[in-house]
Amino acid sequence: MASGLAGQMLAILAALALAPILSGWVAQCRAWLQSRSAPPLWQPWLVLHKLFLREVVLAQGASPLFSAVPFLVFACMVTACAIIPTLSTDLPLSVVADAVALVGVLALARVLLSLAAMDIGTAFGSLGARRDMLVGFLAEPALLMVLFTAALGAHSTALASMVDVLAHRELAILPSLAFAGVAFTMVSVAENGRIPVDNPTTHLELTMIHEALILEYSGPHLALIEWAASLKLFAYSCIGIALFFPWGLAANDSPLALLFALPILVAKLALGGAVLAVAESVSAKMRIFRVPEYLAIAFVLAVIGVLVHILLGS
Amino acid sequence: MNDLSTVGLQLIDLLAAVSLLLAFGLLIQRRLTALIDFYALQSLVLVIVTSLVGWLTGQRHLYLSAALTMVLKVLLIPILLYRLVRRLRLETSHDTLVKLPATLLLGLLLVIFAFDVARPIAQLSTAIASGTLGIALAGILVGFLMMISRSRAISQVIAFLAMENGVFLAATAVTHGMPMVVELGIAVDVLIGVLILGVFLFHLQDAADSLEAGGPASPTARLERSGPETPKPRKARTQTP
Repeated sequence: MASGLAGQMLAILAALALAPILSGWVAQCRAWLQSRSAPPLWQPWLVLHKLFLREVVLAQGASPLFSAVPFLVFACMVTACAIIPTLSTDLPLSVVADAVALVGVLALARVLLSLAAMDIGTAFGSLGARRDMLVGFLAEPALLMVLFTAALGAHSTALASMVDVLAHRELAILPSLAFAGVAFTMVSVAENGRIPVDNPTTHLELTMIHEALILEYSGPHLALIEWAASLKLFAYSCIGIALFFPWGLAANDSPLALLFALPILVAKLALGGAVLAVAESVSAKMRIFRVPEYLAIAFVLAVIGVLVHILLGS
Repeated sequence: MNDLSTVGLQLIDLLAAVSLLLAFGLLIQRRLTALIDFYALQSLVLVIVTSLVGWLTGQRHLYLSAALTMVLKVLLIPILLYRLVRRLRLETSHDTLVKLPATLLLGLLLVIFAFDVARPIAQLSTAIASGTLGIALAGILVGFLMMISRSRAISQVIAFLAMENGVFLAATAVTHGMPMVVELGIAVDVLIGVLILGVFLFHLQDAADSLEAGGPASPTARLERSGPETPKPRKARTQTP
């Protein structure tokens, strides 16, 4: 039990430390691809440090909800990272919640953030909230379908056992997972506000989604939300790795085994981040009214993944 | 059955799934040049599947059929279609009649239907890759839906070709290919079909000044197609006796 606790702590700390680095890595790769001089890898950490030293400026008429939301959103994302088998499939917290609950936790964070954005009553806040909910409610069913495709093989919706089955099956090519993989990539791009759905670096009112939501936040509040956003990217990357490239995960909860799994995770994340940067650099941002079409495609692909799994029995 | 052929079988399933994926790509893609690329890619997948089935079952004539598909559907027909698109200046034409999410959901229903229909049939078959029958049938139906949901003749031609790919996949996977005579006949048919349709499209544009298959073109569609260089003077000449 003690070693389980230590392992779980290690996994959470690794997520907290690695998430901003992952965002920094993606930004660095994008800068290289666009022939700009790249910011250092730890740039997000420097930003977080700077923001934590600032004081909080609250908008007039902000309700207690507004100042509570950054903490709640951050807590949601840390919980999500603790549930996902990032380093090991046998951690004490992974039995607490299954895949459906994980989607629920992510949805809770989105709803809280949208409520806080509308709480101030500025036009930008409610605009961002509406757009975010538009993306969210279309992305969620697709994400659930992707998770169900994996769950059908494992006969369980618990993430840990799903990943366990996927990692320890004999080497087989699963057509259903090919569909699920494409759908999952599309959904995670949309959910994390990357190009082509949203541009994380823009503050242009016509296009921004995530930035419009958090426009009124400042200081440590903003730091927590930025940190939560990079944790979300980390969480989605880890779900993708766990479902589609599950090799190298530790099967027990001893801290030593987790330490061995860490470099493998870092290598996979580095590769995934580089691929994301390439994908972002070669694609153009789409109009907001194209987003429902984009997510409908992801949903249909995910459902076909489930159907193919049922048809072929594999 | 040894390991290698198990992997081969799984590869066939995967490639059939990829071909269905490309059929959906055809269904939702708006740009004509991309449609042609998708079609060529789908045909390439078909070439690989055919050679794999040939290798696994030891039937030599499937190699020939794969080579024929390669020359005809991966190279010749896409090149012809590209030339057609460039001549008719259709590179940026949009012609979907139904809203995209609705089309997608219809496609999904068709896939469910196809899978449901194919399951009992596949259980009777003794062929090596009988599971792919459902996927191939879904590909045919999705091609059919594409044909219905497009207004322009050239997209309908591509939809027809995609349907033919589905038929070919079903034949290869379930019965290890059709007899060579039938296959050759179909191949020539498809090629001639595309050639005739090319000529037909030219005449259609000359005569009706539109490539819309269902009734006269809407003014916006005409504007989209050719912009300011619509051949107006010629029309005036034909009207005066």
